[in-house]
Amino acid sequence: MFYGVDLTSRLMLGTAQYPSPAVLLEAIEASGAEIITVSLRREGAAGAAFRNILSESRCRLLPNTAGCHTAREAVTTARMAREVFGTSWIKLEVIGHADTLQPDPFALVEAARVLCAEGFEVFPYTTEDLIVGEKLLEAGCKVLMPWGAPIGSGQGLRNPEGLRTMRAHFAGIPLVVDAGIGAPSQAAQAMEMGLDAILLNTAVAKAVDPAAMARAFGRAIQAGREAFEAGLMPRRDMACASTPVFGLAELA
Amino acid sequence: MRIDLNGEIVRTQARTLADLLIEQGFEAPCVATALNGDFIARSMREATRLDEGMKVEVLSPMQGG
Repeated sequence: MFYGVDLTSRLMLGTAQYPSPAVLLEAIEASGAEIITVSLRREGAAGAAFRNILSESRCRLLPNTAGCHTAREAVTTARMAREVFGTSWIKLEVIGHADTLQPDPFALVEAARVLCAEGFEVFPYTTEDLIVGEKLLEAGCKVLMPWGAPIGSGQGLRNPEGLRTMRAHFAGIPLVVDAGIGAPSQAAQAMEMGLDAILLNTAVAKAVDPAAMARAFGRAIQAGREAFEAGLMPRRDMACASTPVFGLAELA
Repeated sequence: MRIDLNGEIVRTQARTLADLLIEQGFEAPCVATALNGDFIARSMREATRLDEGMKVEVLSPMQGG
């Protein structure tokens, strides 16, 4: 599914903002996720505890370039991440605006070109813009990660029709909705549309019970996928009786 | 000499990036390094000389979304 790696779970889980390392570990387990996202930062107090979790979780790591605002920062961060985490996978974020955390598509494509040429397997955090998506594929990306809504906003799919168009346009390319998902129903909606996976963090980390919410997301994503594969009925504007009219009694 | 290490000005006797990590108590195998915004690979730390005012970043695995 992603760069030659097949996975059972279609949920990727972020590791930030949990109340404690123990709760994070429970949430990872409950979610069924096989990929977790990580970052590089100046070492804080909880650094050693977090490294223990990484070795315990058995998940594949997807390091990010969160907080980078230029292609150069993102490229340097990606190179540092490859050495420390021992993976060529990189979730490439180049942020264009401080309030919306909207990706800067121009710097994103520039950084993707450099990194793909260096053998990175890039997961670009992008918008639903088709042309930006094309440029990212030309650069060498084999996955696209359109946003659902601004990071951490929990708004769900702000532009479902745009994502539907993206799905149709990029048939065969894995598409991951990254960011903005707040509720399991929103994740299921994206999966029903045929998007391949969901990456989320805040909705689980900030839930009252993160492990239970992680499990709920895992199930919703699985249900949404199964519904997509089963083929949803076409939508109608008018009612259409489901019970047969044939054989109806005359009682009037 | 004085350098900027993770956003703080520190005085150091270290002449190379490798020496700086030892002097400042970092676990060298667990961190990634950058000098003036450019990545410095582990294998290059020994050969990377420090100069007055250089900006060094020493980063570790942390939580991320």
